[in-house]
Amino acid sequence: MPLLQLRNVVKSYAAPDGATAPVLDVASFSLEAGEHVALRGASGSGKTTLLNVIAGIVVPDAGEVVVDGTDVARLSEPARDAHRARTTGYVFQAFNLLQGFTALENVALGMLFGGIADPARARGLLERVGLGDRMSYFPRQLSLGQQQRVAVARALANRPKLVLADEPTGSLDAASGAQALALIREVCREAGAALLLVSHDAEVLGAFEKRLELAAINRAPAGATP
Amino acid sequence: MIPRSLAGGLFLIVRRSLAQHALSTAVAALASALACGLVIAVFAVRQQAHDAFAGSASGVDAVLGARGSHLQLVLNAVYHLDTSPGNIPWSLYEQVRADPQVDVAVPYAVGDSWRGWRVVGTTPERFTRLEERKGRRLAPAPGGRVFDPALREAVIGSAVADSTGLRVGAEFHPEHGLSHEGAEEHEEEYVVVGVLEPTNTPADRVIWIPIEGVFRMGGHVLRGAGTEFRPKPGEPIPDEAKEVSAVLLKFRVPMAGMRLDQAINRQGKDATLAWPVSRSVAELFDKLGWMDRVLALVAWLVMLVAAGSILAALSNAMNERRRDFAILRALGAKRRVVFAAILLESTAIGALGAAGGWLVAFALAAGAAAVVRAQTGVVLDAAQVHAAAAFAPAAMVALAALAGVLPAVRAYRTPVADTLAPVS
Repeated sequence: MPLLQLRNVVKSYAAPDGATAPVLDVASFSLEAGEHVALRGASGSGKTTLLNVIAGIVVPDAGEVVVDGTDVARLSEPARDAHRARTTGYVFQAFNLLQGFTALENVALGMLFGGIADPARARGLLERVGLGDRMSYFPRQLSLGQQQRVAVARALANRPKLVLADEPTGSLDAASGAQALALIREVCREAGAALLLVSHDAEVLGAFEKRLELAAINRAPAGATP
Repeated sequence: MIPRSLAGGLFLIVRRSLAQHALSTAVAALASALACGLVIAVFAVRQQAHDAFAGSASGVDAVLGARGSHLQLVLNAVYHLDTSPGNIPWSLYEQVRADPQVDVAVPYAVGDSWRGWRVVGTTPERFTRLEERKGRRLAPAPGGRVFDPALREAVIGSAVADSTGLRVGAEFHPEHGLSHEGAEEHEEEYVVVGVLEPTNTPADRVIWIPIEGVFRMGGHVLRGAGTEFRPKPGEPIPDEAKEVSAVLLKFRVPMAGMRLDQAINRQGKDATLAWPVSRSVAELFDKLGWMDRVLALVAWLVMLVAAGSILAALSNAMNERRRDFAILRALGAKRRVVFAAILLESTAIGALGAAGGWLVAFALAAGAAAVVRAQTGVVLDAAQVHAAAAFAPAAMVALAALAGVLPAVRAYRTPVADTLAPVS
């Protein structure tokens, strides 16, 4: 059984004129455990909505979103939160680090919500991403590349089976982006986690053996994302 | 410190937020501390004042004086405040003194002062027979003694000595009236023969002289017999001419008070018996009760305003914190976790205020005690703890928690996807 399986997933948003505009309409999509897949999609193609639906942050209007054997679309909100914390790591385009907390606290806090209290692992992960000497730094004291590395460490902290990455190199220059991408793939491989990355950057996509056009699985018209 | 539990994580979130918004946190906590301290102080000072005033009168069972207000009589003769309601004939003093149920009867004559300090005429029994407080009499400090009732000698309270510098051997001329401003000095010169040990009662603010001295003070006219009598030097004063402002009484049996109350207050027309003295003290506090209630109301309102400042501080920070809450939620934090974080934060501000409230209350009570002591000589017991020291901080913390509910609901409702996700 695949680690991730989407069946007939539909998500619509209300347009300003009151009509509903479908942004996601995926008949079928799956991801095996440990598999790395890149999805290419232009702006407004529903990339982020797809990842949010898989993460359980957004509930689809219809369909099944099975992650690690559980249909997250049918779970209550607290159960989705708990499931996400246990099974899914999320790397955001804007990193989304907690600005008032150190690099180590950012990683450790993420772990707590998954029920893991292991400061040693948090430190180990930061060392793994090359920030062993920056653990007590606040995000504003780190470069963008370093911030992205903290975000990667945080996404991997709960030993997730699935890592979602939304334009993870979008805020970085080419060299830093390539480094960050290599790091994400490397640590996911080490952890045995599946990786689903969405990007519009052809260079990023080129690094993946398996890559798909989002339009190939999403039947909703592009540009409908609110 | 890295949190090892969800509770530890919550405390870290709260701690960091308080530090990040240090100024608004400090202002809200300070407002809470002032409010909390004000409530504690209002209740505590009221209780302390009541107990201190009641304690100061514990050595006197009743006060006999001119027909009029019990309260004025007690304020004048026991607390040395207010003016005398008038005089009573010496014969009344002799009469109650001879009563077998009266243990001690001490005459009290007032009308003069020195530099604003009240000069009181009395007998040595005031020092030897009457207790100022339970188990404590007025006693001269070493090197001093009680005045000789036949001489122009004075014994002064410790506050008088401290303030004026009068010491044993010093001489002074009493001034007519109770006010120093524009007062005329009497010709008679008195010598200080004793400084009393401090008692922390209004007696510390009095200059005591023999009652005979008051009778014979230049310009004084005695009307005890209904006609004017001017004492002449060297000539005895007939008892019927003498009059006193009040008589302080100590009974052998409580029944005496009831009997004299019946005889003097209900059947008599010439005098008033303020009995029991504690009732007059209670009457005083009853009269001031409306002020207490207004002060308490204001204090509680200030507490509400302080809670409002916590609400404002948290609400103002909500917009910049929405992203943090969305990130926490995306990391798996349940809605109730972010709700609890805000509630904990507002409660923490309230708790800081409550802790500061004790300090504020102590400072306010100390200030009030200094004023009361300077004005009346009564010393408030700062160590006395009122229940308000527990219920006011508890109320502050509860109100602070309540103030956090609205921002907490906003945090609870933070839409994760809308707040975090860029359009793609």
